[in-house]
Amino acid sequence: MVLWDPRIEEMPKADLQRMQYKLLKSLVYRLYSFSPFYHDRMKEQNVHPDDIRELSDVRKLPFMFKRDLRDNYPNKIFTATKEELVRYHVSSGTTGKPTVVGYTQNDLDLWTTSIARGMTSIGLGRGDVIQVSYGYGLFTGGLGLHYGAERIGATVLPTSVGNTERQIELMQDLGATVICCTPSYLLHIGEVAEKMGVNLGKDTQLRTGILGAEPWTEKMRSRIEEWLGIKAYDIYGTSELSGPMFTECAEQNGFHVWSDIALTEIIDPKTGEPLEPGEKGEVTITILQKEALPMIRYRIGDIATMDDEVCACGRTAPRIHRIQGRVDDMLIIRGINVFPSQIEHTLMTIPEVGQHFQIVVERKGALDDMRVRVELNKESFSDKIDDLMKIRQNVEHRLRNSLNVNVDVELVEPGSLPRFEGKSKKVIDKRSM
Amino acid sequence: MDTKKFVIKQISVFSENRPGRLAAIAQALGEVKVNILAFSIAEANGFGVVRALVDHPQKAHDKLQSLGFNIAFTDVIAVKMKDTPGGLFEVAQILGDAGINIEYSYAYSGKGGAVLILRVDQVDDAIQQIQASGATLLERTLFH
Repeated sequence: MVLWDPRIEEMPKADLQRMQYKLLKSLVYRLYSFSPFYHDRMKEQNVHPDDIRELSDVRKLPFMFKRDLRDNYPNKIFTATKEELVRYHVSSGTTGKPTVVGYTQNDLDLWTTSIARGMTSIGLGRGDVIQVSYGYGLFTGGLGLHYGAERIGATVLPTSVGNTERQIELMQDLGATVICCTPSYLLHIGEVAEKMGVNLGKDTQLRTGILGAEPWTEKMRSRIEEWLGIKAYDIYGTSELSGPMFTECAEQNGFHVWSDIALTEIIDPKTGEPLEPGEKGEVTITILQKEALPMIRYRIGDIATMDDEVCACGRTAPRIHRIQGRVDDMLIIRGINVFPSQIEHTLMTIPEVGQHFQIVVERKGALDDMRVRVELNKESFSDKIDDLMKIRQNVEHRLRNSLNVNVDVELVEPGSLPRFEGKSKKVIDKRSM
Repeated sequence: MDTKKFVIKQISVFSENRPGRLAAIAQALGEVKVNILAFSIAEANGFGVVRALVDHPQKAHDKLQSLGFNIAFTDVIAVKMKDTPGGLFEVAQILGDAGINIEYSYAYSGKGGAVLILRVDQVDDAIQQIQASGATLLERTLFH
């Protein structure tokens, strides 16, 4: 097995934590001394760099949120001088004002290193032709993977997004072995290829997909792998952390979050308290070595679990398992956190009902009452009320097991639920009306 | 014995329990000139199944399906009853004595007499036993 940075990637956990502590300590000192923003934040929280005496003292530090970047648009909290900056990326701003991220050369190197390690852990390297079909430009996806691919000595085919037929021709003609794009774009490529009479599995050398920048599921992974005859790997990041940063290794069992780059915490989004490995909570990341825009305890808003066991591949960095939802989507039902994505995952395993659903939450007396409306599949319709009741009870039972909360299920006619891309419209919370 | 001629195609439609659903079904059938001969609604909490005997089951099926309804055919049988006091008792007793288990049933009475529509587990068995017991089954050609 080839490792990009064997010393770091296989470092024993205890050493990793010592290294993280040193990096954290110097980061906090630097920010307290030189950044008015962080200085004020720490004062407000009544914490001084001297209070950081061990790694777990990171919990004393204040959180950062996306709004901190928006409120300080475009560059008020940068900690590098204009002369030190070598690049900007700008987020699309679909959920508010855009956010600007600045990079020093060291920041770009760190980002590139992170991707180089990830691509190496998948088994990529010299001789691979990596087609980067993420957008190039203000979005971080294209350039981030581009530099990572070049760093490992692979050949980059920088197709960016769009013009799908040409992408497929070039993939064939230049022998692309890897594609980096969103899972939905890859599905689109697969459909267009089929129409062109091209079988991606047989007529190209494509073997690997590095997919991310939008939520996807294990089910989608199986579908992509079976249909297109490739291995599909999850990649994770956000522009605030630099861009796409962390990938799964060949084990496909969660993405490795390199310990010298990032300190990962999973916290309870309600209380901010740290959770144990394996518990589901909000991904919170401190980037330990960033110069232009350091992020301390940045609450990304994604929900996932962390696995701190050494990976089967031998790498020691903790892994984060597939993102399961967004904090904004979280519902609290009788004190239990419920994510619409959990409901979606459960429904996918029940053939009698469709995947579309609607959640209605009401307060009945002092108790929260959750109803899930699901569409009965045409093939599962039985004329007997008894059969239908059984289907409903089964769905209720399965949802109760996965959510740990009582659910009433309502069977509705197929096609009757509204179709929306976003999660927000799937929830009708009458408690807040 | 040919039992097939007694097997009647009923349409069963899944429906949410909310205002206007029956009207939507009835309107659709009216539009394609399908006549409803008998019908019933079975309801459970939140949803129901509309069951109907119609003169053109396939036409009804296609129309409702095109509108997105969840619809299926179900085999039922129809037993003639006397339209007098005790008529239902007579037939019900025959069914009971024959050990026929009824899943559901509904009835109508009109100018052609009274009819009991039955959904049973073993259609062929039931048809033979009902005939053997002396009751009269109605042929499907009477309906469609």
